[in-house]
Amino acid sequence: MSDQQLRVSKIEDGTVIDHITGGQALNVLTILEITGRAGVPVSVVMHVPSDHLSTKDIVKIEGRELSEAEVDVLSLIAPSATINIIRDYEVVDKRRVTRPDRVIGVLHCPNPNCISTKDEPVESNFEVLDDAVRCAYCDTIVRDDIAALIDDA
Amino acid sequence: MRHEDIISAKQLSRADIEGVLDRAAEIAADPAAVADRHANALLGLCFFEPSTRTKMSFAAAIKRLGGDVVDMGTVESSSVKKGESLADTVRVVEGYADALVLRHPMEGSAQMASEFVDVPLINAGDGAGQHPTQTLLDLYTIREAAGLDDVSIGIVGDLKYGRTVHSLAHALTNFDATQHFVSPESLQLPRKVRYDLHEAGATIREHTDLDAIVPEVDVLYMTRIQEERFPDESEYREVAGEYRIDTTTLAAAADDLTVMHPLPRVDEIAPEIDDTDHAAYFEQAHNGVPVRMALLDLLLEAQS
Ligand SMILES: [Zn+2]
Repeated sequence: MSDQQLRVSKIEDGTVIDHITGGQALNVLTILEITGRAGVPVSVVMHVPSDHLSTKDIVKIEGRELSEAEVDVLSLIAPSATINIIRDYEVVDKRRVTRPDRVIGVLHCPNPNCISTKDEPVESNFEVLDDAVRCAYCDTIVRDDIAALIDDA
Repeated sequence: MRHEDIISAKQLSRADIEGVLDRAAEIAADPAAVADRHANALLGLCFFEPSTRTKMSFAAAIKRLGGDVVDMGTVESSSVKKGESLADTVRVVEGYADALVLRHPMEGSAQMASEFVDVPLINAGDGAGQHPTQTLLDLYTIREAAGLDDVSIGIVGDLKYGRTVHSLAHALTNFDATQHFVSPESLQLPRKVRYDLHEAGATIREHTDLDAIVPEVDVLYMTRIQEERFPDESEYREVAGEYRIDTTTLAAAADDLTVMHPLPRVDEIAPEIDDTDHAAYFEQAHNGVPVRMALLDLLLEAQS
């Protein structure tokens, strides 16, 4: 039995997100609005040595299959992630994340003078650039530490 | 013009800009011809920060087209003071007017407001963001003075927070213009504007020394450096003097150099320049009326 199998046991139904950039697993949970309060078993493994990445994180969510939109948003902080949909202990679908054109209602704008950060009836709206995101309201570009802009669930 | 809202200079193509400027030139040549063109049209003025000139310029423009204004008044005396959202305010004022003009201290406010109303919305300045109608009158003035292609423009002062600078820089990418940006290190162009200029393939140069570019440019676009942008006053004093022009500074300039300023000025341009052929800033301000008439005419025309 490998080291990795020891850390996380197989799940019956749900989603395994593998090859998450090391240290980003908790941000992945935030993006997916998984707070740990829903009573769904969630396993998180962080900083496992990896062939592709220097270290990687793995998240296993039981009883929940992630939507395409949820998966796409992950690409902003975990561009190498792979998604395995599990049914009856078998991987029935395996895919990579793709970068969406736009993310809505997920990040908050870091510009304190941006109208989207005020008490107005709008969701945050970011255009996804090659290596950054850009606020659709104030045009602010964020290149580093996008994870810090994730709204708390 | 394709656009229903005028939010950012970024949305304006060369054809859009030339369409507005050509119409403005027609109107300036024969204002009487359009005196009743938009009789009964009402323009809603939503000014969330004081701006007497821009507001008067829009009011003059709609009145010279035969229309009138409905004015939200000052923020202190309105429901905004009671905590009403911008989205609600513009949805209410929309019911009173055929088009809205919005000035607001927050960046992105015009974009957001336009998502809540169906009448055309014109951004008259959103925080440190954009001021596209100022840009159209700036371009009108530059075209009259020096043409818009094969032109070299020095843009001087607060490039970081100056919304008129951001809009002008975007718009100039439609033309064969070289933009020389002159500012203190701490007030250089923000990343978001650089990104767009780079994407547009603009020719730009950055400087901290004003004297170095004076002989090279056809137009010198001065802006005000605001004291409150600096952590301490001595630092401000040091740079403020650097970016002041007088007849000595302009001794090295071309005879046909055009000096512009979005106004109000403080001491960036010495009064002695006012009487020279270089000074175009008052004419620039006056151009605001025919340019805004042209823009309103095109937007209201598209509505009916
Ligand atoms: Zn923003």
